Amino acid sequence: MLKVHIQDKTFANGHCALRDLHLEARPGELVAIVGPSGAGKSTLLKIICGLDTQFQGQVQLPEPAQLGFMFQEPRLMPWLTVEQNLMLVNKTLTGARLTEALKRVGLGDCADLYPGQLSGGMQRRVALVRAFSVSPQLLLMDEPFQSLDAPNAEQLRAHLLELWQATRPTVLFVTHNLSEALSLADRVLFLTAGPSRVALEVPVDLPRPRSQHAPAVQAMRHDLLTRYPDLLKGNATPAA
Amino acid sequence: MSEELNRPLAVPAASWSRAWPLLALVVFWQLVAMQAHSRVLPTPIAVFSVLWSEVVTGDLLMHLGKTVTRVAISFVLAMLLGVALGILMGRSRRWDRLLDSFLVLGLNIPALVTTILCYIWFGLSETAAIVAVVLNKIPMVAINLREGARAVDSSLMEVADVYRLSRSERFFRVYLPQLYPYLFSSARNGLALIWKIVLVVELLGRSDGVGFQIGSFFHFFDITSILAYTLAFSAVIFLLEAVLLRPLENRLNRWRV
Repeated sequence: MLKVHIQDKTFANGHCALRDLHLEARPGELVAIVGPSGAGKSTLLKIICGLDTQFQGQVQLPEPAQLGFMFQEPRLMPWLTVEQNLMLVNKTLTGARLTEALKRVGLGDCADLYPGQLSGGMQRRVALVRAFSVSPQLLLMDEPFQSLDAPNAEQLRAHLLELWQATRPTVLFVTHNLSEALSLADRVLFLTAGPSRVALEVPVDLPRPRSQHAPAVQAMRHDLLTRYPDLLKGNATPAA
Repeated sequence: MSEELNRPLAVPAASWSRAWPLLALVVFWQLVAMQAHSRVLPTPIAVFSVLWSEVVTGDLLMHLGKTVTRVAISFVLAMLLGVALGILMGRSRRWDRLLDSFLVLGLNIPALVTTILCYIWFGLSETAAIVAVVLNKIPMVAINLREGARAVDSSLMEVADVYRLSRSERFFRVYLPQLYPYLFSSARNGLALIWKIVLVVELLGRSDGVGFQIGSFFHFFDITSILAYTLAFSAVIFLLEAVLLRPLENRLNRWRV
């Protein structure tokens, strides 16, 4: 079980990013976190993974606390090959297992290439493989498919779901794209504008796989935005 | 069959394009020297023959060996200390403020002054010679590496932290590779500078080494021998560049496509 209780996160410059933010996630649950930009979503993930310890509150990670993180940019080491990048985080990932992991995302013959030789979409697939290669109990994703074109993003979401269903880590998926959140998640949390807390929680009980453009997803999106017109601006006040 | 035999003998085009300007220089030198017919400009042929006789007697190799050893020791020490200092100053504002004036001072004090002071304070010893060279070089390495340490990409360091890499992996596979370009430019111009300083240091207070020899030749106005030693010396530098620096640089830069 992942339990996050943050009373207060204020930066040294006095900017308060998070206040009274509480969230929990069951093992194997895929939770999307949607909030306006500047709502402290990245800060929240940094606190959960332990990169940021300057806050008031508690974070309880699932056991064993093995963590994967996929950032907005692929963040591969440019001087290491794909294989070396993956082995950097997991030394046992060699030979056939490595090829197998890369094949799953359609990168079967890329082990010896450097990140600079790959397209943006391919680099993100390597980053996705890296995140899963440590067998995480908790996978944090910070708008990982944001700067991709639509077909590439769709492809990566499909790979993410495949990998997630195979090993079932808890996933926190931060995005500002409501359709993306609804197409992926078991549950969507909406954050308020800063200082952020959880404004609304919406379970998504639609069968998978669901495309972003599936009528059910779009209907749910439409319904949510009709009921809470300012939801994506961080305001969950119902329409009058 | 004949092709296979020829292959090992064939010189790659790149080597030729590096070598021919040097050959042209030697030919030009020969022509000018023949025209001038002066004691202060011996012909390359005369220089090569002195070079050869010095090689045969063993003198040149002994002195060259001494100099190369001093260069190697000073180079390694100056790089290690300079890199450590540069990283420290690039990472910590406090250390940077504390040490910055020393760096500026060290950069600007003439090599001659450091050398003479070292000899006076520590005696005309090997240690004093090495210390003088190292002190002259450290500030340049440190300034270069400080720049590199400031430019280190914190987002890649976050990856190392999130995936809990060991300290040595974090340093050698994530941190240090970001400093390679700075390390390389330091090593290149470092080696160049150290050669020059070592010769001055030898001239002032050692009784062997290329610098000492050139000093003696100067007293006898023996230009031919000075040029012969300079030539031997250049050969070593070209050798180092070709067998050490360039291959290493190519290897470390393989990922840049």
